[in-house]
Amino acid sequence: MAHAATAHEAHHDHPTGWRRWVLSTNHKDIGTMYLIFGIVAGLIGGALSIAMRLELQEPGLQYFTNPQTYNVFVTGHGLIMVFFVVMPALIGGFGNWFVPIMIGAPDMAFPRMNNVSFWLLPAAFGLLLISMFVEGAPGSTGFGGGWTVYPPLSTSGHPGPALDFGILALHIAGASSILGAINFITTILNMRAPGMTIHRMPLFAWAMLVTAFLLLLSLPVLAGAITMLLTDRNFGTTFFDPAGGGDPVLYQHLFWFFGHPEVYIMILPAFGIVSHIISTFSKKPVFGYLGMAYAMVAIGAVGFVVWAHHMYTAGLSLKTQQYFVFATMVIAVPTGVKIFSWIATMWGGSMRFTSPMIWAIGFIFLFTVGGVTGVVLANAGIDRQLHNTYYVVAHFHYVLSLGAVFAIFAAWYYWFPKITGYVFSEFLAKLHFWIAFIGANVLFFPMHFSGLAGMPRHYVDYPDAFAGWNRISSIGSYIFAFGLLVFFYGCWQAFSRKQAAGENPWGAGATTLEWTLSSPPPYHQFETLPRITGSEH
Amino acid sequence: MADAHTKNHDYHIVDPSPWPFVGSVSAFVMAVGAVMWMKAMLIGGIKAGPVVFGAGLIGVLYTMAAWWSDVTREAERGGYHTRVVQISHRYGMIMFIASEVMFFVAWFWAYFDASLFAGEAKQFIRAEFTGGSWPPKGIEVFDPWHLPLLNTLILLTSGTTVTWAHHALLHDDREGLKWGLILTCVLGAIFSVVQVYEYQHAAFGFKGHIYGATFFMATGFHGFHVFVGTIFLIVCLARALKGHFTPKQHLGFEFAAWYWHFVDVVWLFLFVAIYLWGSHWGAAAAAGH
Repeated sequence: MAHAATAHEAHHDHPTGWRRWVLSTNHKDIGTMYLIFGIVAGLIGGALSIAMRLELQEPGLQYFTNPQTYNVFVTGHGLIMVFFVVMPALIGGFGNWFVPIMIGAPDMAFPRMNNVSFWLLPAAFGLLLISMFVEGAPGSTGFGGGWTVYPPLSTSGHPGPALDFGILALHIAGASSILGAINFITTILNMRAPGMTIHRMPLFAWAMLVTAFLLLLSLPVLAGAITMLLTDRNFGTTFFDPAGGGDPVLYQHLFWFFGHPEVYIMILPAFGIVSHIISTFSKKPVFGYLGMAYAMVAIGAVGFVVWAHHMYTAGLSLKTQQYFVFATMVIAVPTGVKIFSWIATMWGGSMRFTSPMIWAIGFIFLFTVGGVTGVVLANAGIDRQLHNTYYVVAHFHYVLSLGAVFAIFAAWYYWFPKITGYVFSEFLAKLHFWIAFIGANVLFFPMHFSGLAGMPRHYVDYPDAFAGWNRISSIGSYIFAFGLLVFFYGCWQAFSRKQAAGENPWGAGATTLEWTLSSPPPYHQFETLPRITGSEH
Repeated sequence: MADAHTKNHDYHIVDPSPWPFVGSVSAFVMAVGAVMWMKAMLIGGIKAGPVVFGAGLIGVLYTMAAWWSDVTREAERGGYHTRVVQISHRYGMIMFIASEVMFFVAWFWAYFDASLFAGEAKQFIRAEFTGGSWPPKGIEVFDPWHLPLLNTLILLTSGTTVTWAHHALLHDDREGLKWGLILTCVLGAIFSVVQVYEYQHAAFGFKGHIYGATFFMATGFHGFHVFVGTIFLIVCLARALKGHFTPKQHLGFEFAAWYWHFVDVVWLFLFVAIYLWGSHWGAAAAAGH
């Protein structure tokens, strides 16, 4: 070891300027780059959704003279929000920042690979953006077949190069995530500080462990599926073409075998974050820690065997549908464990309604709404009616846009003082919450009604009968967007007034290791590993 | 240097590195070139696709070589690969192989979707195309007991030679290590040559038919992995000849061996599922199907 220590000293420089970021092998710097990337991509993905709401505010065509462009916006919005906003922010951003610190490790297991996980994302995002500006369907640019990229719309429907760029964007984003997953699993399994047994590990680390396994095992299947698309499109194979013995539903199976774990990939980190915030501001350890940890394991495991509930209308046999209804409903059980344990954590606690806390409570409420509509949609019979209506749009935006995104903001306000060393204005953070909470509900709640009434997804225009709820939804989206202005103003204000946060601005309830470090933490924390003696959760 | 911290743990705090960024830019260039090539897109009237793709590919390959050279240097001379770091590397390689297994799951899924449901009534266009049977009507399949069996034996033998090399290394028998690796690489190369020969004599094409699509993509990706695994072993051979690896520390070799066994096992599944079961254990080939 003496040898390694000497070599370490000799090489030990803190790169500055662009080298610090481009050549980085530091999990905190890489986490920061992920967060900034997520914010930038979020603005682009959000702008696409505002354009969609502007168009849908009134029946008839307002802005999209070419309706296919609207389809391209829908597709771009979905892909960007999933792969380039929620995943980078929750996993790459907060995961990178806090998993090593929470388990008492000095960095990730593979710091250099960590950086390639990040830098592959701008490459993938660049390809996706190029895709929007080159020909897709004959005579128009971009791919407009939805984020699921089903054939035949994705094979014979879009002969131009747009989707080829999109497919390679997904390949590269997928490679980035697989490498990231390997890094997280190895870090968590092998780099916990002395005494940090797996059953003492903070729930966010548990969440990231399960998430990483889902990524590792589901993304390669997507890679296979989109490779088949690529060869069907360009090299004459017939994986998805019945005229050559192929099967378009095969693509749906392969996609959703990835796609369903993917939705848990987006929400499990949020579960972990919310657990910490609820515990901190209730000044109590999380209720039923082991149950909370293994509920996530159960959600992850069962999440692999429910994929075809996305395909009830694709012609599956009745027996198959029965199985997938049952299996899907099973997931409500561990999810219920999570929700009730959060409530039980708050129960009898000395609660403080700080900004991260109200975002986390907002998350619990909104995620529960989305979870309940999920149970509704799990029923094959009901889904026959609701498939591809705005009810589904409402459902997955309640769990993602209002679930995962609210958790991102909760984490932002919770860890902002730790990451930057500055205090974020409580007033602005709470103002942002109320604007976002009202805006998001005004935006998405009416979609349940328009969906139940039969309004289909993915359409640029609709009958006048749906005008009322659509107008309200659009107003909600503008309210939510206004909240983002408050968010950015708050960030600017925090950085300009430079009010020091101190080690632990949240008090005795904040027990995880990051609150034992300075704010921001030293460039390399835990040069001497901490020893964990008790279970703090 | 600015700080006087001393590291009191055995983890590897890696120095800043240009390779992640260079590799990502190269991957981007390669992807752009690939699409331009596939779609025969023009830049200034020239089909620049192959050139752009090639430039990106060179960048990616250069990144791999430079990056892994750094890793090798850190292992051999830096002393950075402590016990705990080696455990991390083992985890990493196991996870990587797990993800590769899932990649092959997709190709097996496509194969079984086509072969098990070739005659499914509701997919009447497909049923008509395949004649409701597997192998589909009009497809003349390979005799599994011919070249495919030979290749199976070649790969299984290469699995034993790489184990020989491993045991030799553990007993510090450098000659055994060298010859075990040479034999493994040669067997790997022979496998690839036989596979190419078989492809050239296939009675079915790649295009327009689900049989060719599933056969060539599944065995083709396997073949690509054999190619990569052979290169991995050749690198290990070169390192062994340079005096790298000790009986106690030889992760690069171990990972090449793991990867080789993984490739071997995938082949066994391919052999049983596609060549044997998919030809009714050879009956379809014998009947000139």
